[in-house]
Amino acid sequence: MKKSRVILVLLGTVFAASVAAKDITLLNVSYDPTRELYRDINTAFATQWKAQHGDTVTIQMSHGGSGKQARSVVDGLPADIVTLALAYDIDAVADHGLLAKDWQQRLPDHASPYTSTIVFLVRKGNPKGIKDWPDLIRPGVQVITPNPKTSGGARWNFLAAWGYALKQPGGNEAKARAYVQALYQHVPVLDTGARGATNTFAQRGVGDVLVAWESEALLAQRELGKGTFDIVVPSVSILAEPPVAVVDGNVDKHGSRAVAEAYVKFLYSPQAQAIEAKNFYRPRLPEVSARYAAQFPKVNTFTIHDVFGDWRQAQAKFFADGAIFDQIGPGH
Amino acid sequence: MSRLDRQPPWPRRIGRGLLGLLAVGFLSVFLLLPLAVVFVEALRQGVHAYLSSIGQHEALAAIRLTLLVAVISVPLNVLFGVAAAWLMARFEFRGKALLGAFIDLPFSVSPVISGLVYVLLFGAQGWFGPWLGAHDIKIIFAVPGLVLATIFITLPFVARELIPLMQSQGSDEEEAARVLGAGGWQMFFRVTLPNIRWALLYGVLLCNARAMGEFGAVSVVSGHIRGLTTTMPLEVEMRYNEYDYVGAFAVATLLALLALLTLAIKTLLEWRYGDEIAAHAPGGH
Repeated sequence: MKKSRVILVLLGTVFAASVAAKDITLLNVSYDPTRELYRDINTAFATQWKAQHGDTVTIQMSHGGSGKQARSVVDGLPADIVTLALAYDIDAVADHGLLAKDWQQRLPDHASPYTSTIVFLVRKGNPKGIKDWPDLIRPGVQVITPNPKTSGGARWNFLAAWGYALKQPGGNEAKARAYVQALYQHVPVLDTGARGATNTFAQRGVGDVLVAWESEALLAQRELGKGTFDIVVPSVSILAEPPVAVVDGNVDKHGSRAVAEAYVKFLYSPQAQAIEAKNFYRPRLPEVSARYAAQFPKVNTFTIHDVFGDWRQAQAKFFADGAIFDQIGPGH
Repeated sequence: MSRLDRQPPWPRRIGRGLLGLLAVGFLSVFLLLPLAVVFVEALRQGVHAYLSSIGQHEALAAIRLTLLVAVISVPLNVLFGVAAAWLMARFEFRGKALLGAFIDLPFSVSPVISGLVYVLLFGAQGWFGPWLGAHDIKIIFAVPGLVLATIFITLPFVARELIPLMQSQGSDEEEAARVLGAGGWQMFFRVTLPNIRWALLYGVLLCNARAMGEFGAVSVVSGHIRGLTTTMPLEVEMRYNEYDYVGAFAVATLLALLALLTLAIKTLLEWRYGDEIAAHAPGGH
């Protein structure tokens, strides 16, 4: 990868614009459950770029807990593109000067080409009778959710639970806090990423309910055999908007801006939207959503803006060092 | 040992039998069973799936990277190990105990922490990050970072094998060589090295096994770029996380085979050169 980049830069400087690059490499640093999605997207994008420009684009992937991945980019992981679980993690990268602070305005839909929500995955036949959030804190129910310090999905899970409690009749901050604290007392293990949590629940058989991305729950059903798990949609959940951005500081260094920008725009195209839907992410384009409507149950959702202001505020209030999660997380 | 080998009285024989049974049972549960699981899972969908899974580009890249990291870090640790053991065994100096403690440090520090230290030093936000960035030198999330982390983790293996041996052997033979007119290097290659070669070989084997199998420290500095900065243990985790269980266990079998190979070489050497090894072992004089 490095060699091709060096060649690219050399060609660029020596021959100015007269020579076209032949091999382009991009690094997409993503969060945990998007492995299958971006494998398909990358193939489609490379094919399209080859047809339109004649260059061979190779897109390398790095996956992990969203917070951890953002930290790696800040520490120097040379991402051309970040596709993370939530906006705060890209804000954190922007705070270190690697991209403009208004990155979320540079693409449509707050820079989230697809959305998802938080649902419950339970064992076949729902033996514990889990129907909604209050059932998670019944005695004897074990809940699997990853660590909000490192995982983006876990933070959406946390906020979905908090928002649910807040929206109940007579709901207030104190009640939400009490509910979420009780919830984490039912969590036997905190994985660092969403996929780790899915494996804990599905493969290792720990816990009665996995609080998960809808995409992750649907994928687990497909990969690990339909009929092994049921999906339960709670009465209310959060609209999760995983954002994408081009990392200015890195693409300018690598000379890969044009391809990187084309790549993130491609995510909004009808072709890519269909790939996203196939991989269980809810597409933005109405005509694509209509085609995949059967796959996605109707969910009553609230957005982060409805309840928490924005991600910076939510992060500071709940997940920063010493903030609410540290006060009420497991062991409290 | 030799006292026990003479016809022991029966209670002792029963005791020995029970102990043996316990050891075999323990080994079966904790070593053989997991090892069997690795191979059974890897071959669950047949030999063809197993082979094609190992033949994938990412797997081959991971194997190459793992070998590269080991080829760089093991010789460096041999140099360091011999030098450190020499210093510890032959000289008295202030801070010797401290040096000993430092050599043991990687054993006592969590591997994840040792990886993180390098990120804090060489990461973009680290002490040397801005300078490295300005000169376009990549350490973290690239091969140099993987090598650094591996050297740190495997640092004690050679030194710790050599120090007790060299201490117990003393320096009589070396002094004799010097008196008889040998130069420094001559003495080292003719007297010291032959005396420590078996311990050195053990150290190299252990060091190599750990270098190829290390997960925690390498995971922190890797950045997990598929086919570029993922060593075999990381590739195993990655495949497992992608629901590719056959693929994960297939790569795991390679690591297991490597461990078995190490064991086989060690056993073969012991069997072939047993007397010689015993003669040079600590307390053998």
